Amino acid sequence: MCVKVQMPSGEMITGFLLTIILMSPVVAQDLCKESKDGFKVRISLKTAFGDDAYEWNESEKFLFRSTLAYAMRKKTGEDTYNIENILVCNDTKRVSFIFVVTLPADPTQLIPKEEVERAVRQSKHRINNAFLLSDMTLEFVGVPPTLAVPIQYNTPPWLIVFGVVIGIVAVGIVALLMSTVSKRRRAKAKDAGFDEDEDDEGIVKENGTALSGLNKKDGVYNPGFSNDERFTKL
Amino acid sequence: MKLKLKLPNPGLEQRIPSHSELEKLELQEAGERPKWDNKAQYMLTCVGFCVGLGNVWRFPYLCQSHGGGAFMIPFLILLVLEGIPLLHLEFAIGQRLRRGSVGVWRSINPYLLGVGIASMLVSFIVGMYYNTIIAWVMWYFFNSFQDPLPWSQCPINASRTGFVSECERSSPVDYFWYRKTLNTTPQIEDSGGLQWWMVLSLLCAWTVLWVCCIRGIETTGKAVYITSTLPYLVLTIFLIRGLTLKGSVSGIKFLFTPDVNELLDPQTWLDAGAQVFFSFSLAFGGLIAFSSYNSVHNNCEQDAVIISVINGMTSIYAAIVIYSIIGFRATERFDDCLNGNILSLLNAFDLPEGNIIESNYTEALQQLNISRPDIIQELQLKTCDLQTFLSQGVEGTGLAFIVFTEAITKMPVSPLWSVLFFIMLFCLGLSTMFGSIEGVVVPLQDLDILPRNWPKEAYTALVCVVSFAFAVIFAQGSGEYWLALFDGFAVSIPLLIIAFCEMMAVSYVYGIDRFNDDIKFMIGHKPNFFWQATWRLISPLIVLVIFLFYFVTTVSKKLTYIAWDPESENFPTLSTLQYPSWISAIIFILAGIPVLIIPTVALIRLIRNRCCKKEETHTAETPYSISDRVQMMEETEQNNPTTTALH
Repeated sequence: MCVKVQMPSGEMITGFLLTIILMSPVVAQDLCKESKDGFKVRISLKTAFGDDAYEWNESEKFLFRSTLAYAMRKKTGEDTYNIENILVCNDTKRVSFIFVVTLPADPTQLIPKEEVERAVRQSKHRINNAFLLSDMTLEFVGVPPTLAVPIQYNTPPWLIVFGVVIGIVAVGIVALLMSTVSKRRRAKAKDAGFDEDEDDEGIVKENGTALSGLNKKDGVYNPGFSNDERFTKL
Repeated sequence: MKLKLKLPNPGLEQRIPSHSELEKLELQEAGERPKWDNKAQYMLTCVGFCVGLGNVWRFPYLCQSHGGGAFMIPFLILLVLEGIPLLHLEFAIGQRLRRGSVGVWRSINPYLLGVGIASMLVSFIVGMYYNTIIAWVMWYFFNSFQDPLPWSQCPINASRTGFVSECERSSPVDYFWYRKTLNTTPQIEDSGGLQWWMVLSLLCAWTVLWVCCIRGIETTGKAVYITSTLPYLVLTIFLIRGLTLKGSVSGIKFLFTPDVNELLDPQTWLDAGAQVFFSFSLAFGGLIAFSSYNSVHNNCEQDAVIISVINGMTSIYAAIVIYSIIGFRATERFDDCLNGNILSLLNAFDLPEGNIIESNYTEALQQLNISRPDIIQELQLKTCDLQTFLSQGVEGTGLAFIVFTEAITKMPVSPLWSVLFFIMLFCLGLSTMFGSIEGVVVPLQDLDILPRNWPKEAYTALVCVVSFAFAVIFAQGSGEYWLALFDGFAVSIPLLIIAFCEMMAVSYVYGIDRFNDDIKFMIGHKPNFFWQATWRLISPLIVLVIFLFYFVTTVSKKLTYIAWDPESENFPTLSTLQYPSWISAIIFILAGIPVLIIPTVALIRLIRNRCCKKEETHTAETPYSISDRVQMMEETEQNNPTTTALH
């Protein structure tokens, strides 16, 4: 028996293709909306830029999708990820939305959440920079921000300042002590000669430094005391 | 006033230089006592001694908590009735008798030697813990030379997953203070061992102090040109900086908003009196020593008034600066709190940014609450109140090391402000320490217990080394608790008693008539009725009242302290713990010994005099040095003085 198979006509093919093309966004939307593998993204442009904030429009969304595709490429090392694999939905005025990533080979399959998270964390810095934002203003809800490594110093800076201060103080102490010692030596030498001109050296402004070193019970002979009557005005 | 109440005081004339001897000294400049290079050095040293950390971190807090502008009234009244008379008294007696505290009281009456020794002990104890605070200031100063400042962010924990838990739960500034600086233990019984970085800072503080004090006023006189003037410069810089920051004016307004009802509270008056008394560094013996290096005819009355006014003005000026910065910090916190709430609302309801801003926050919140109260509940929004943030008023180390450092991290170019701030605190503390050291070294020399031929450098070195050795207890993990103990108990009561004894001694043992004559000799006119009334009646009464209040509160209060315990339930709030029982013994030693020394020494003297009455006729008391010996040299051909008091 000959069964006559009727080949689809041209109109039917175009009609079928048309349906698929028209349906795919709807399919895509369904994939995005109902998925548990989706990530919510929040963007705070006004907080980041104030009045200079750029507007969030379709072009910006396009950039976002392309950076995500780049992140997936970088993570998996496969060059097959394209913009069509990043689906975005649930746009709000807050500027927040949900996105999912589909397999390049099969647009109906989604990449699991953990893999997307790893990809995002790896390239977070590049994604932030594409938008001139930071971890605070470009938020992937559920992905904790990577902590910046604190600056490690070889020697703690405080030790350096401490060393400088102690050095200055040590120099000061040595200088002062040396000047005291030299003053004493000079006073001892003068005392051996009983120099009247150096009276002001003998009567010092310090309490017991030069005089006490002389070991004289009577103190220094000060001619100023010898003739009291001349000086007493009372 | 014909009230000639005067206690018998035999032999006073022999112990003190007469007016003629003083004139002789003045003309011949034959004294071996150190002298000020110029009047400015003397004034700067006294101002530096009086103006200290308390002006910056105690007075603003008192002002704000006791009714703001209204607090000025009790403060200024008590400044005039209590501060100025006591200051004038110490200056005049030092200038007249030309000795340090031990020498002065011993000259007035040998039984009063205990007062001088008590002064010396209190100076020593205070010097010990005050320099530890300076060591903390130096630690922060060393750490200010980096950007970002180490207390601006939490360190990351070992597994690089988040911040250190203790820091997360409290704040970076708290963490840096309690963990990185002090490394506090949860309670005073746990010593925690010596923290090596603290020991280094302490060493640095004591060596800097030694290099400045090494030759007494010869070196401190030069150092005070910087340490007494720099704080004013830094305060002015901070004032200008503070006034340009947002929210500073609200801080100043908060500080000075008067609440006249506070004047009816006796606590306000007592706090004002205590603040005046402790702020003037009276009864330490340092002021007496400084004044004794003056020329005899120096106008001490004018000096006392000038220094008191400067001290009062500095307190008010510092309060303005501090509260402008606190106002800025409070406003920042308020803004952060409010913005956090706004963000939560925007995120929860997916509203566009800019929909809710500070001005329409309350109405927006109300509207949303009406429409979706369940979501609002879930969000757990914080209540943001500027007044609460402003009245997180802190004093003491909390102000300097937590609140102010946090404010600094929010300013641009933070390391610069941090360096300036801690240099200011360092100078304020150091110039006060000069007076403390003077109050220990000079009595030590007067007491003659160390070999006479030791140079001044050796005395200052000895005092610094011994103090450093004792102060190492504050470098332990529990060091801060010990310091709070010392600060709370060791100082207030002994100082008040010493001041009271000083006034009684001058008015009634030395004799107010003789004192009036002395002042007339020194400055040219007799002190007027104001001085008479305050010295004899008003100031001792005020000091007595403050002492009774302190005594009653100290004895009746529960011995508790606040501790930083990360394991406690309401961390990060500080927990209140009871002191262990053996602490009471330590408190008694700290506060009791200086006080009990006064009667003990008098008693010992009495017993000794009774036993050895025959030798009393001999010159047992040290005759006044130079002029007496001059007379002896003149009168007797061979001089062999029995005593050789070489000062």
